[in-house]
Amino acid sequence: MTTEEKKQKNLAAVRAAFPHTIPVLTGYVFMGMAFGILLGSKGFGPLWAFCMALFVFAGSGQFLAVGLMASGFHPLTALLLTLMVNARHVFYGIPLLERFKHFGRAKYYMIFALTDETFALLCSVKPPAGVSERRFNLAICALDHSYWITGCTLGGILGTALPINTAGIDFVMTALFVVIFLEQWRERQNRRPALIGLGISILCRVLFGPQWFILAAMAALVLVFGVFKRPLERGMQKG
Amino acid sequence: MITTVQGVALVAIFSLATLFTRALPFLAFPASRPTPHFVVYLGRVLPFAITAMIIVYCLKDTPILAAPHGLPELIAIVVVGAIFLLFKNSLVAIAGGTILYMVLVQVVFA
Repeated sequence: MTTEEKKQKNLAAVRAAFPHTIPVLTGYVFMGMAFGILLGSKGFGPLWAFCMALFVFAGSGQFLAVGLMASGFHPLTALLLTLMVNARHVFYGIPLLERFKHFGRAKYYMIFALTDETFALLCSVKPPAGVSERRFNLAICALDHSYWITGCTLGGILGTALPINTAGIDFVMTALFVVIFLEQWRERQNRRPALIGLGISILCRVLFGPQWFILAAMAALVLVFGVFKRPLERGMQKG
Repeated sequence: MITTVQGVALVAIFSLATLFTRALPFLAFPASRPTPHFVVYLGRVLPFAITAMIIVYCLKDTPILAAPHGLPELIAIVVVGAIFLLFKNSLVAIAGGTILYMVLVQVVFA
């Protein structure tokens, strides 16, 4: 295939993917701007926001990172907390193991770009006829990534230029996950795992305090899901 | 305030740790071998529990026993849920709830 043909095929894939990514476009630009403004309020300008969007590409992870960067240089805490808040990503790759096998080098970028929203799109939309699955999925990842970079950088510029009182803006992450929770709640079969997660997390927060509860909750969840595997699996099949 | 070098080091840690969590299943379960049944099962049930866990994580430092007893959080969450369920628009729900929360903590409960 010539370079010109490859270019044509890539362009067709981006055109086919774009309409599916519009909800992510609005969400990422708004969330990214909130992140950039928040980071700017801690004294880190737009270049920091741009680099974090480019190299980290994680919504909740980056919001957590703002607090970590503002609280001084604690690399071990930064490492452990990032691993904990992103631990849910460990499960995203599982449904994609087979598909990514045939994607060649593009696979490595797509694993890097596996955010909550990108994962949801990859699992729900199919390429139209004439567009390869590899190019189509790659286009989704790259488009989402570009929206996030745009939003974060814009927020960084606004945050340092405008005197905004940003107290409370970190609530955007709580709001986002409340919406994700309600979206998942629509499917009856998701409700029992969701309620178990809520109950165990609150219990662990009360018992172990704000610093350790995530690790305790994750261990407890795997344990409880292990013990109640049979009834939960039956519940998921019934739907 | 941290130095630029320390900042770059922290960003590198955030980047690599995030990538590690995303790459782990591909490292642990090579496509050449079948994925263990228990892992597939966990992959199906955990995402919903994790969403609830992240909400609790976001609210982990909210004072419940002292004033304002988590009222701004409670009001804003109810409004986010109401907007989302009424208008089916996640962006309006997130933006509206966040702006309301900012007004609550900066003006009403200040």
